[in-house]
Amino acid sequence: MKTIMVILLSAMLTDNFVLSKFMGICPFLGVSKKLDSATGMGIAVTFVMICATVVTYPIHHGILVPNGLEYFDTVVFILVIALFVQLVENFLKKCVPSLYSSLGVYLPLITTNCAVLGVTVLNIDNGFSFGQSIINALGGGLGFMIALVIFSGVRKKLEYADIPETFKGVPATLIAASIVSVSFMGFSGLFS
Amino acid sequence: MAENKNSLVKELTKGIIKENPTLVMLLGMCPTLAVTTQAMNGIGMGLATTFVLLGSNIVISALRKVIPDKVRIPAFIVIIASFVTLIGFLLEGFVPALYDSLGIYLTLITVNCIIFGRAEMFASKNGVIASAFDAIGMGIGFTIALFLMGSVREIIGAGQWMGMTIPVLHNNPMLLFIMPAGGFFTLGMIIAAVNKLSNKKPPKEISCEGCPNAEACGKAGDCQ
Repeated sequence: MKTIMVILLSAMLTDNFVLSKFMGICPFLGVSKKLDSATGMGIAVTFVMICATVVTYPIHHGILVPNGLEYFDTVVFILVIALFVQLVENFLKKCVPSLYSSLGVYLPLITTNCAVLGVTVLNIDNGFSFGQSIINALGGGLGFMIALVIFSGVRKKLEYADIPETFKGVPATLIAASIVSVSFMGFSGLFS
Repeated sequence: MAENKNSLVKELTKGIIKENPTLVMLLGMCPTLAVTTQAMNGIGMGLATTFVLLGSNIVISALRKVIPDKVRIPAFIVIIASFVTLIGFLLEGFVPALYDSLGIYLTLITVNCIIFGRAEMFASKNGVIASAFDAIGMGIGFTIALFLMGSVREIIGAGQWMGMTIPVLHNNPMLLFIMPAGGFFTLGMIIAAVNKLSNKKPPKEISCEGCPNAEACGKAGDCQ
């Protein structure tokens, strides 16, 4: 139980995917302007992260390792994730149209999101068991959502701020992200 | 495209300054922020990405008439991932220290938007030689940007640079700069400096040019 909590909370807070591992910066800077799209993106990423872990973990340990093909991880994982997102999209469209209309637009976004590929590779690198991998994916996804939601609030304030011409746009956003990242440094040492 | 000498030189140089992928077009932020705690790592990451970019650009432009439009995204991804696997082997074998310090970010070159962006925007529309020059130019531009980031962060954050110690800073380094927060801050400052120095206005938002997700992102309402 204790290890599970440690994995969950460290993936969410101390090793936050966006703010300390720099994965998924594009959606973080691009999508996080509105609160509802930040939440939608966060939920969709969490969902796909868990699903990608569920799919890739057995493939790695069941097919690639016994045949000595671990080095194919990257190629196989990215293909499986791309395929899987397509599958989920079609399934939702057909069977759960209400969910599709709210999450559907975010799904293709996730294919080349480095956070999703990152979590599957990290699970293997850290030698997690199947259950621990799923917890890690859940924590990573929730951490991603927390970062996006917090940052959407920060960016709303930023829109009305009087910023020097050279800093307008991306530089100001990045410096604001730096300050949010400093606040997450407060969590470091939580589990040492 | 007439592949004469002038246009090839133009393909090569545009990526270095005018269309620098990181500092002007604002692509490939993840590795720019993640591995640049040292100048040396920046160069290593830059060169590894250049290798993958060169390989994938050449193969994709050679196959551009064979790959059907509908399956081009998975096809491009497989080609890119193969080159990433290859560079992983090469680094592990010849420069294990660099391989260890790049860690998972080496695998994540696969999803670097610069590589996919160039495949989509350039290699799938141009000849092999032009694509190769484009890749080398973009790769050098990316490497320079990473080297710059790494140098600033290493000098201020650790008080050393490429193995040399910097007198005053070495005893009182500003640790924040080699932490994640310092990465965001340094990149913001460098982009602001580029904005100031360049005459024409750079984009105000991160670039989604060539991103396979741009269309879906646009539907979600924010990516510009």
